[in-house]
Amino acid sequence: MKKIVDARGLSCPEPVILTRQALQEQGVKEIKVMLDNKVAVENVTRAAENLSWKVKVSGQSDNFLLELTK
Amino acid sequence: MKKHALVILGGLTLGGVAVFLVLMGNPGNYGVCIACMLRDITGALGLHKVAVVQYIRPEIIGIGLGATTAALATKEFRATGGSSPLLRFSLGFVGMIGMLVFLGCPVRTVLRLASGDLNAGIGLIGLIVGIIIGTMFLIRGFSLGRANKMSPPNGYIFPTFVIGLLIAAIMMPSFIFASKTGPGSMHAPLFISLVAGLIVGIFAQRSRICMAGGIRDIIFFKDFHLMYGFIAVFIAALVGNLLVGSFKLGFADQPLAHTDGLWNFLGMLLAGLTAVLLGGCPLRQLVAASEGNTDAVITVLGLIAGAAFAHNFGLAASPKGVPAAGQLAVILGLLFTIGLGFAVCRFRLEVK
Repeated sequence: MKKIVDARGLSCPEPVILTRQALQEQGVKEIKVMLDNKVAVENVTRAAENLSWKVKVSGQSDNFLLELTK
Repeated sequence: MKKHALVILGGLTLGGVAVFLVLMGNPGNYGVCIACMLRDITGALGLHKVAVVQYIRPEIIGIGLGATTAALATKEFRATGGSSPLLRFSLGFVGMIGMLVFLGCPVRTVLRLASGDLNAGIGLIGLIVGIIIGTMFLIRGFSLGRANKMSPPNGYIFPTFVIGLLIAAIMMPSFIFASKTGPGSMHAPLFISLVAGLIVGIFAQRSRICMAGGIRDIIFFKDFHLMYGFIAVFIAALVGNLLVGSFKLGFADQPLAHTDGLWNFLGMLLAGLTAVLLGGCPLRQLVAASEGNTDAVITVLGLIAGAAFAHNFGLAASPKGVPAAGQLAVILGLLFTIGLGFAVCRFRLEVK
């Protein structure tokens, strides 16, 4: 199952909270997270890696897409 | 450990710089206290009239300019805003009253502890309890809402204000107040304070160091990243204080501190609670404000307004203790913040 989390415009730590909620849902294998700032990218990446997910970051300046896979 | 290197380096720098600034003339454990320094600037601008705490602290100017420069250099400078500005102002306002009842922001809590001031230990417990309560609101869905991209001038207003402060600090026109006695009169030379602030500002922007965030992330995610920065500040300041002989373990006669445990606890509880709901401690807000985040600017304005009220209405503590009005203000601040927390969570449930 795929899931999309749109955390653009949200401030720390909300993007991490939303992403973690999605990661912990049953049956989710792939999550796309939309973010608009570098700090959130770093925080979500760290949180996902701590839960042993792989993270691929694309985009720049204020439009980032993180692809998280198990 | 490599991914934690920057935040540890940032923390060590902050702690080391703080001890150095006290050595150069700043009041005890006042090295890089964001709340105290904003309060002194509030006084220097004549927004409160307590003559002993008025000085344009160049450290704040340096942190602002350092963070703006680092954000521009890394293309992270972005004008954003519109995420519950009035709630942010209010939370900054009441948070500042809590900090001025304790006498310090989360950074100074660590600095005070690192010089042996055990009153700060009680403050730290209050800070942790406040952060736990704030985290419970976040789990229940507390959110200040999304910020939007704004036109660039929005982002440059705060850096312009900081440059204005710099000009005022150098020229010292007659309408700027400067303490002749008391803590406001004690300061490192302007140039040293400014450069120290610049260094802290650059490191703080790059490392995203946040004292309240360090405790929050452990409670929330068991993520120790920001906590390493917190511990690094403590270790650097502790080693520094031991080296220069300013370490003194105990409760009594600590620099710019009082021994009223209950209000040290509740003041910092209010500071921790508001910091979590705002997404960061005053240092982090100051850095974010310098990166174009106008919501953080509003928060800093709330901190400044809170400092003005705290001193104009006799709410702030002094080494003699906490005035009754200050105690009442902390209670009202806690009721306000907790009520706000429930109200925002309830609204979020309804819109879902």
